[in-house]
Amino acid sequence: MRCNTRIPSGCAISGLMCESGDRIDGSAIINSIALMHDRSNGLGGGFAAYGIYPRRSDQYAFHMMFDDLAAKENFDEYVKDHFIVEKDEIIPTRPFGNITNPPLLWRYFLNVDEKKLEFVEDREYVVNKVMEINSKVPGSFVSSSGKNMGAFKGVGYPEDIGHFYKLEEYKGYIWTSHGRFPTNTPGWWGGAHPFGLLDWSIVHNGEISSYGINKRYLEMFGYKLELRTDTEVVAYLFDLLVRRHNLPMEMAIKALSAPFWDSIDRMEPQVKELMTAIRMVYGGALLNGPYSIILGHSRGMMGLNDRIKLRPMTCGRKDDMLYMSSEESAIREIEPDLDIVWSPKAGEAVIGTLNGDVE
Amino acid sequence: MVMTIDAKGMYYRELNKMIRTAIEDGDTEFVLDNINGQRYIGDGIKAKARITINGTPGNNLGMFMNGPSIEVFANGQDGIANTMNSGEIIIHGMVGDVIGYGMRGGKLMIEGDVGYRVGIHMKEYKSQVPAIVAGGCAGDFYGEYMAGGVMILLGLGSGEDKPITGDYLGTGMHGGVIFLRGEVEDYQLGAEVAVFELDEKDVKLVTKHVKEWCGHFGHDVEEIMSGPFIKLKAISSRPYGNLYAY
Repeated sequence: MRCNTRIPSGCAISGLMCESGDRIDGSAIINSIALMHDRSNGLGGGFAAYGIYPRRSDQYAFHMMFDDLAAKENFDEYVKDHFIVEKDEIIPTRPFGNITNPPLLWRYFLNVDEKKLEFVEDREYVVNKVMEINSKVPGSFVSSSGKNMGAFKGVGYPEDIGHFYKLEEYKGYIWTSHGRFPTNTPGWWGGAHPFGLLDWSIVHNGEISSYGINKRYLEMFGYKLELRTDTEVVAYLFDLLVRRHNLPMEMAIKALSAPFWDSIDRMEPQVKELMTAIRMVYGGALLNGPYSIILGHSRGMMGLNDRIKLRPMTCGRKDDMLYMSSEESAIREIEPDLDIVWSPKAGEAVIGTLNGDVE
Repeated sequence: MVMTIDAKGMYYRELNKMIRTAIEDGDTEFVLDNINGQRYIGDGIKAKARITINGTPGNNLGMFMNGPSIEVFANGQDGIANTMNSGEIIIHGMVGDVIGYGMRGGKLMIEGDVGYRVGIHMKEYKSQVPAIVAGGCAGDFYGEYMAGGVMILLGLGSGEDKPITGDYLGTGMHGGVIFLRGEVEDYQLGAEVAVFELDEKDVKLVTKHVKEWCGHFGHDVEEIMSGPFIKLKAISSRPYGNLYAY
């Protein structure tokens, strides 16, 4: 009796992490996001999973979408010129529900030849190549490019997308998910969430009203924003601030979700000076508009609301597990007996950190 | 006779249809077990009915509701009592954001904390005076654009790291009254409200609601009433009267 007509609603996000590094299969996250079916409208669903390729954990795993076989052949020539291809294979899928017209889905496990890294470090090299592929290699799209992680996304309801990609066959220590209700931008396979770059992935409910400012700011550092969506700026901002500028995660969050000036006025002198500096230096990175986001990366998961809480988020913990979701019921669906449950304050991040080694 | 529904895995439309049909057939008592995330429970029902909910109901619980009494033995989510007209909702737990949006009558009793924008656009007309009583603390924009009704926040569990309310308290408020069992800083107040002391009539009103709240959640009335309480009211009944005057 699920409704298949396109009814206006909000997006849904859900994420879970095992902070001790134990890995679980993808069925829990599918059940969680499926509970919020009515927040999506069938025009986009997706998942990010960390820890899924333990035997190739030192190689860049490129999840690719190709318009057609010709595009793939073209990319195969490109990738041979720029990377050492350790292995490539089709991403396994099964026909499912309303999932129609998928692109050709392929994954490549890549290393970078030392000779290419004379003047640039390898992650920077990979970022440059991802930007080049998405903007210059026709019919090819990189949906994720991190190590030991991957994005699985497309046009459809998220639970259908999850079954389509056989996520129950993967095991990860972080799973994030998104059910899309596109409002401002088209629903297309590459435009579904999560958005990824290196091991960063982002799922997002809301809109980034500051997109134009953030886009121009990022372009100064060589990022190309061509995915027809506001959400990609968030992934690139974390890449810029944390990877390239070496800001601690907490400071990067303060740049994106800066305190209001009148709150800064009431702060202790030292903190005031720091927050003023962050706002001055990183004005172009400030995210405005209604949003709740879940960021995934290889060492953790982070949930964040906009500064006046225009989108929902609830968090819960049970033993080593951290959960965050648009609705409490979506957490209880997979863990009814939570140790604690809370709604984080507007603009204050909830951070999950990998404590141990991944099994 | 009590109608018990095991709602495990049940889609909200099916559940709400069952309840509506049963009410049309004369049923008045419902126990909903294994609720998790089903939206719109009790919405638009115009009848005297008692609905007990075991589990976390989905968004917009009791929206446009006109008469029923709902008791939830779990936390609630967002949008509870949206534009509710009469009846009562009792929540044994905490709730999310935008609670009592445009609420125009009836009662909402919440054991714990409430989220952001509680009581936004709440209103009253003559004897139709809605009330929201919550035992814990609130997020920002408590009573935003409030035009009528009574909101009482008891602040249990508040402290150094957890103020009784967030900022923008009563922003745009132009009617109704807020009672807080605790202190707020001046900067937290919206421009349209001011803090007052409670008079005798206020104490009577607060006592009436607190007694009822304590009856549901088992607290001591005297201890709660020992306060101290403050009262928040709009300082102008028409703060935007001249906004478009020229």
